[in-house]
Formats: sequence, C-alpha cells, structure tokens
Amino acid sequence: MRERDFDHPEVVLCPDGPMLLRGARSVQDADGTVHPVRRPVVALCRCEKSSRLPWCDGTHKVIPKG
Amino acid sequence: MRLPKPRGGLSEWVVARLADAGAAGAAPAADSLEDEALALWTLHELSYRGFEDADDHAEWDPEVLHVRHGLEVALEDRLRSRWEAARPVAGDLPDDVPAALEALVAADDGPSLADHVRRRADLDQVLELLRQRSIYHLKESDPSAFVVPRLPVRAKAALMELQYDEYGDGDPNRLHAHLFARGLEAAGLRPEYGAYIDDAIAENLEMNNAGSLFGLHRRLRGAAMGHLAAFEMTSSIPSRKMAQGLDRLGLDGPMAAYYDEHVEADAIHEQLAARDICGTLAEDEPDQAMEILFGAWTCLDVEARFATAMLASWGADR
Ligand code: FES
Repeated sequence: MRERDFDHPEVVLCPDGPMLLRGARSVQDADGTVHPVRRPVVALCRCEKSSRLPWCDGTHKVIPKG
Repeated sequence: MRLPKPRGGLSEWVVARLADAGAAGAAPAADSLEDEALALWTLHELSYRGFEDADDHAEWDPEVLHVRHGLEVALEDRLRSRWEAARPVAGDLPDDVPAALEALVAADDGPSLADHVRRRADLDQVLELLRQRSIYHLKESDPSAFVVPRLPVRAKAALMELQYDEYGDGDPNRLHAHLFARGLEAAGLRPEYGAYIDDAIAENLEMNNAGSLFGLHRRLRGAAMGHLAAFEMTSSIPSRKMAQGLDRLGLDGPMAAYYDEHVEADAIHEQLAARDICGTLAEDEPDQAMEILFGAWTCLDVEARFATAMLASWGADR
C-alpha cells in the first residue's frame, strides 16, 4: 500500500460556521483595522454576529439555520 | 503538591501507601463514592506531576496499579451505564461523526454555571467556582496530550495543531494552564498546582477522573477525543459569559483575560476537534465512532452533575 497525501487547505469554510485560516500573519477587518495573528489557525466570523469581529466567537451556533 | 487529605478508608490507604511503599496491608473497600473518587484522582495524579511527599516509584507499583485498575473498572462501568441509559439511538453507528457531535451538544440541557456567573453569582460563589475549576484548568489539555501517539496520521496532526495552541503556541506566557494560574493569583487565590484539591467536591473529582481515564488508556482513545470535542464545543459561549460575570464583580484583569482567550481559541478548537480530529478518526477507525460519542456525552454529563451540585449548594438551582 502506498502512503497517501492528505488535503490540508489553508482556508476551510465550516458549514454554518467560521472560515478557518491557517498561516496568516495579520488580518484586516471590515473597518480597516489590522489585527496581528499569533496562532497557527484562526477562525474568521462569517455570520457577522460575533462580538469580537473579525474572529468567530461561537455565536453562529445560536443563530437559526436558514 | 502534597498528598490530599483522605476522605475515607480507601483514600487513607492510598495516601499511606504512596507515602511509604512498606506501609499498610491490603486496600480496604471505599467508604463512599467520594472516597473512591479521591483515591482514583490521587492514583491518576502520579501520571501527571505527582506529589512531593509520595514515592515516585508508586506510579508503576503492581499493588498500587491493581487498586487503580479496580477503581477504573468501576468508574468506566458507571459512565457506560449512564450513557446506555441516556443515548437516544441504541446501536446506530453515526456515519457523520461531526454532525452527530453537534446534535449531541445541541441537545444538552444541563444547567449552566456560566449563566449563573454572568447574571447572579456573588463574589464568594465565583471564587469557590474558580477553586473547583483549578483542579482541571491547572492541568488543562494534559489528559488529551497522552492520546497523541495513539492516533492515526490525520487525527494526530490535528490534535497537535489544537494542543500547540492550548500550550501557548510555543510561548510559556500563553500556555492556558499558566494563564489560569495568573488569573487565580490576581483574584487573590492560590495559583499552585493542586492547591485546592481538598476543596474539590465529589462530582468535580469524578469529572476529572473521567478525563484522565479516557486519556490514559489507548483503548479509550475515541472516548478521549469525543470528550475533548464536547469540551471545546461548549466552551466559547460559556467563556464569554464567565468573562462578563467576572467583569461585573470587578474581577476584570488576568482571570477575565483567561476566559476571553478561550472565547476566541475554542471557537477554532471546536472546529478542529469535531472535524479534523473526531471526523477523521472515525473514518480511519470506524469502530471508534460510537466511542467518540460516548466520550462526548460523558463530558457533558459529568459537567451537568458538577453544575447541579454547585448550584444546589448555593441554593441557586433552577
Ligand atoms: S461564524 Fe462564528 S460567530 Fe460568526
């Protein structure tokens, strides 16, 4: 059996959830503010309801699914 | 840390035996579930940081292991029978484990300590809760670390991606357990590892024992990763409420910062844990799928039991 290659994308869109972003050094939010990134992976809010944009804070889970 | 104060015949035997291998005869039966839980907690601790006043050889002493094994069997039987009694669909193997985890978490209706802290808790209650939580948070993520060598490739890489962040991304100042210790100190509490073990209630000991049991046995790797996923999936929103409650009581500063950090970190970790760890583990080892759900359900159940006991002790039950 050959050892396989795995998918390991830098950008992952989670169903009804955030966008995971790997390897970013900084992220500019919608207001133009640039946030430094100190983690290997961050979760960017896609529902716009997070209390700490641009990051996901889990709020998407309490929004009824459309 | 020093050996805890015994709470019955069995924990007394354990403490005496760990302090002096020549001491004590055969282990007696436990006097109560609390005695049993403290005995097992103490034996498990030998595999973490240990005790200054215990013999380091005790970790692998056959007689001590024999007692630990008996206690682990009893605990696992108890956890499994709760799960069997509660799980909705008997025998059905989930084909989409991340979705099944999400459904399990969404169905959780256990009482929320974070809600109480956010809205009503007084300062004494919050400080008591922090002392109880210190039993786990000062060894945060350590039970999951035991599982790394036991996983297939994708789940292993994903667990490391998560753990790296838990352990501060290489910066000791940002290691989560250390952030909690700083928070304890700032709140006027003792930050040393294990300082409040004598205050830990039986439900808290059982909650910690369940995590250690899953982490320390390769056979239970699926349960360990399910437990981790449920923990992360129920962390960001409650962490935000904890931070709000701490602010309300004037405990803003390092302890609120600890919970703040978890709002952001655990929103990432829950995705990694459910999808990249548990999802791929179930694909690579299908016999682990139900074990993952067992571990996840158990995580929610032991937290609900702990929360119920704490709220009842404050007269704040629903
Ligand atoms: S996507 Fe998670 S809070 Fe918006």
